[in-house]
Amino acid sequence: MIAALAALLVFQLIGEVLARTFALPIPGPVIGMLLLVGVLLVRGATPRSLQNTATGLLAHLSLLFIPAGVGVIVHLATLQRALLPLLATLLISTLITTIVTASLLTLFRRWLSPAVQPRPAPSAQEERR
Amino acid sequence: MPANPILTDVWVYLAQTPLLWLTATLLAYLFADWLYQRAGRMPLLNPVVVAIALLVGILLLTDTDYQTYFDGAQFVHFLLGPATVALAIPLYSYVGRLRAMLLPLGLALLGGSATGILAAVGVGWLLGLEPMILRSLAPKSITTPIAMGISEQIGGIPSLTAVLVILTGIIGALFANELLLRLRFHDESVRGFAIGLAAHGIGTARALQISTEAGAFAGLAMGLNGAVTAILGPLLLRLLGL
Repeated sequence: MIAALAALLVFQLIGEVLARTFALPIPGPVIGMLLLVGVLLVRGATPRSLQNTATGLLAHLSLLFIPAGVGVIVHLATLQRALLPLLATLLISTLITTIVTASLLTLFRRWLSPAVQPRPAPSAQEERR
Repeated sequence: MPANPILTDVWVYLAQTPLLWLTATLLAYLFADWLYQRAGRMPLLNPVVVAIALLVGILLLTDTDYQTYFDGAQFVHFLLGPATVALAIPLYSYVGRLRAMLLPLGLALLGGSATGILAAVGVGWLLGLEPMILRSLAPKSITTPIAMGISEQIGGIPSLTAVLVILTGIIGALFANELLLRLRFHDESVRGFAIGLAAHGIGTARALQISTEAGAFAGLAMGLNGAVTAILGPLLLRLLGL
């Protein structure tokens, strides 16, 4: 597990160094993620310990956003001043973005790769976690 | 605040070490997650929302400032980096499907990213938000660290952007999947990609609950949209004259 965690940190570190060295607009961890995908592709398999550590970390991804989210406390005044229009903006624009993206992907996939058949609809109860 | 001198000493000690707020963050999350499971995963009881509300309440009651809290909670915050790298693992397992739809994914990414920026600024402008808030809103669909960087670059308030990013993620986690299902988007890769693009990491956490496939596409969309928005955001705002 420690080896797997160290591996994740090494890829993040390489990503950060690359991002800073070449002033890339892509954040370091994302570069690290892409590099790790590349290495796994070359290797042809995910080591079991890495698989387990990644699954464990991602199972509680929600937890990791809490410290930044509590920062809302600093902006309570600004938020209060424009609460309703702000919430409405966030809600409407986020849902527009979601729908447009899903529609674009569905359309482009139908036009550009007719070989890919749409998959059967998942059953009503989704598998969760 | 405790009046007893011994209790005051204990409080002073606790307020100075990371232990208290790190523990509080984990306990708040465990409680929120327990509540979420108990309530049959009711979307409105999203664990991120409940835990944040709980912690904000505690900070206000104990008159603790955010910096003190964050000194403890930063250890949790730090794990965002390795967790982002870890998204490579689900992504790798879907590489076959990704390859088959590379071009559609790229085009949907560009369109979705531009929509994310324009919808945020456009709707906000229509609803009369001030320019400073509009600039802070523009990068709201992407992951916190990049969003804060862009916000600074285009003259917004980075820490306000962080809050708007989190709120966007929560909205995406609460409503996006249900809305897409209602609109008959059944394919899990499509839903995952859309949720990850519009609602970054919190959306990705939600997509991982749908399935690993949805989570993998969400993680991909989150990562790529961060990069695309970093380029498109400043450009589009300049065109809009903001």
